[in-house]
Amino acid sequence: MKKFVTGILGSAALALSASAASAATLDDVKAKGFLQCGVNTSLAGFSAPNDKGEWTGLDVDFCRAVAAAIFGDGEKVKFTALSAKDRFTALQSGEIDILSRNTTWTINRDTALGLNFAGVTYYDGQGFMINAKKLPGVNSALQLSGASVCVQAGTTTELNLADYFSANNMEYNPVVFEKFEETNAAYDAGRCDAYTTDQSGLYAVRLQMSSPDDHVVLPEIISKEPLGPSVRQGDDQWFDIVKWTYFALLNAEEAGITQANVDEMKNSTSPDIRRLLGSESETKIGTDLGLSNDWVVNIIKATGNYGEIFERNVGTGSPLKIARGVNALWTKGGLQYGMPIR
Amino acid sequence: MSQHVIRDEPARVPLIYNPRVRGIVFQVLLVALLALGVWWIVDNTVENLRRSNISTGFAFLRGRAGFDISDRLIEYTSDSSFGRALLVGIANTLVVAAAGIVTATILGFLIGVGRLSNNWLIRKLATVYVEVFRNIPPLLVILFWYQGVLAVLPSVRDSLSLPFGSYLNNRGFYFPRFVWGEGTGLILAGFLAGVALSWYVARRARARQMATGERFPVLWTSVALIVGLPLLAFFVSGMPVSVDYPQKGTFNLTGGTNIKPEFLSLYLALSFYTASFIAEIVRAGIMGVPRGQTEAFSALGIRSRDGMRLVVIPQALRIIIPPLTSQYLNLTKNSSLAVAIGYPDLYAIGGTILNQTGQAIEVVVIFMVVYLSISILTSLFMNWFNAKMALKER
Repeated sequence: MKKFVTGILGSAALALSASAASAATLDDVKAKGFLQCGVNTSLAGFSAPNDKGEWTGLDVDFCRAVAAAIFGDGEKVKFTALSAKDRFTALQSGEIDILSRNTTWTINRDTALGLNFAGVTYYDGQGFMINAKKLPGVNSALQLSGASVCVQAGTTTELNLADYFSANNMEYNPVVFEKFEETNAAYDAGRCDAYTTDQSGLYAVRLQMSSPDDHVVLPEIISKEPLGPSVRQGDDQWFDIVKWTYFALLNAEEAGITQANVDEMKNSTSPDIRRLLGSESETKIGTDLGLSNDWVVNIIKATGNYGEIFERNVGTGSPLKIARGVNALWTKGGLQYGMPIR
Repeated sequence: MSQHVIRDEPARVPLIYNPRVRGIVFQVLLVALLALGVWWIVDNTVENLRRSNISTGFAFLRGRAGFDISDRLIEYTSDSSFGRALLVGIANTLVVAAAGIVTATILGFLIGVGRLSNNWLIRKLATVYVEVFRNIPPLLVILFWYQGVLAVLPSVRDSLSLPFGSYLNNRGFYFPRFVWGEGTGLILAGFLAGVALSWYVARRARARQMATGERFPVLWTSVALIVGLPLLAFFVSGMPVSVDYPQKGTFNLTGGTNIKPEFLSLYLALSFYTASFIAEIVRAGIMGVPRGQTEAFSALGIRSRDGMRLVVIPQALRIIIPPLTSQYLNLTKNSSLAVAIGYPDLYAIGGTILNQTGQAIEVVVIFMVVYLSISILTSLFMNWFNAKMALKER
């Protein structure tokens, strides 16, 4: 029933607020004094509360970076935990300013849903996980014909799953839940043979199982899942701020600017670094965005560069231990490429 | 109109103090305000949707759905349209609501009568049942069945074997399915003939009882006819029915018919929850029939069971039916809690469509229209039934 209420409230917000999607989100955010950010209810490594009740994760840190760019303080952000089903309504209705909830960039969402994707903070792909103890001998997704598969409702995952099984002439039984937690619990209880979601998610889910070592992630990747933050259409300035926060994180990593050395880097002799950090005289880069000129310094001080965010939340510094892989910088053979800040 | 109104007034008062004119003015004002409010909301919505570049309209229902649904009563694949997916959801909602209403009514009547029983144990058990189930939120009852009862059943490999080749495991209840071969039309004909003959026998028996006062065992004759004739046809046509038993496949049991745990837990939870309310309504209905009625039929020498059936229940029904309608509506609407356990009812599938297409307003409108239609149809039927059962003054 809660979801029904959310749906109605979302529609009501669209109906009642005379300026739900008006321009100048930046002014609204500044007036409020904080950024409202939509995140996942609980996905380890991307957005989940830690034992102190603070939100942590790659998606969460991206919102902190945007807040730091605006306010100079990465803590001026409030988080709204959203199910896959509620996320777009929440953004469309103006309940949140930015959606950073492991959301796949697709053309339908970019057009018909009225969203603008600001970049790809994590290149992912959909995979399958099975309980190897209960299903010995299954080592490929192509052996899953006839299986029951747990999946979350209203995701691209659900669509890819249908396409993959019909393309390979295999049968399956979808067991569809609205919430991530419900899907996990059903899989853990043995309701399904296989669990499907983005591979990064599978590693996170595996850690939450009662005996993680029994579960293996199958090698097949059946789809492209570029995950990134999105904003409403119709406010180019706000779109630019979110987009260039992402590029700033990448450029900082490329230039070797970290949380630890950002202050000394301000005095660097490299013109690229001085321009990025706003220490060039008469610079207008920050103010042209509607921010202060030391916006990149604020971002890096709050969250570190992209590489630091990645390693802390999903990489070697986290229980997930996901390798950089395609998410490495372009200079290291990956896909992460920051547009030049100049 | 207003002239006519004024002429009716005995003393001429200024228009502004005329109560009828005032009444009309205020009503017109209210309607105008309401219309303005509705127009303002619609206009705002359209404007905001246009400004945020969100596509509108119901054309999205023709698009390819792309997702699969496990429980489906009508033909559906991932290539079907969103509209068809919604139909699957509506059908699932109707099935679980209808099954729940039937079971809740039977259970509720039994427990309601049980609360009035002379047997101490039965009376107390019925009371405990009512107090437990009507004081727990329905969502918890659903989760109790799903996670507390059905999820702890054994896995597929260690399925519980039940009689007649059926199995129970945490993927649901599997039972054999009849495969109807050549000549099954005869069996169906036998069944229909049995029903028709039973009806005729019942009519004749009543006529005879009216005429001579002799009674005839209608029930057992009917059972014999309805079971016996199809059975006879079955043997005459050379036993054309084979049975498809569930068998162990790689992952799941294959063959036979499968009722999934999502449906089972929702159905059981809704039935058990609503039955507790129906039990109270039934108890109130029976207690609402004056004691004198019972004494009267006893005095006439009517046996207690017949008196209950012919005198007390028909009068109790008049009290029972109106609140019963509310319970049926509640049960239907509570079925939208299915979303918590992944049963693909209208609300769950609509939610998926909402998310895949982003058409929040349209989907919410569809929800409202469908639930409203189901509820109104239920109400209309119950009102008709109520009128039929109402006291007939002759």
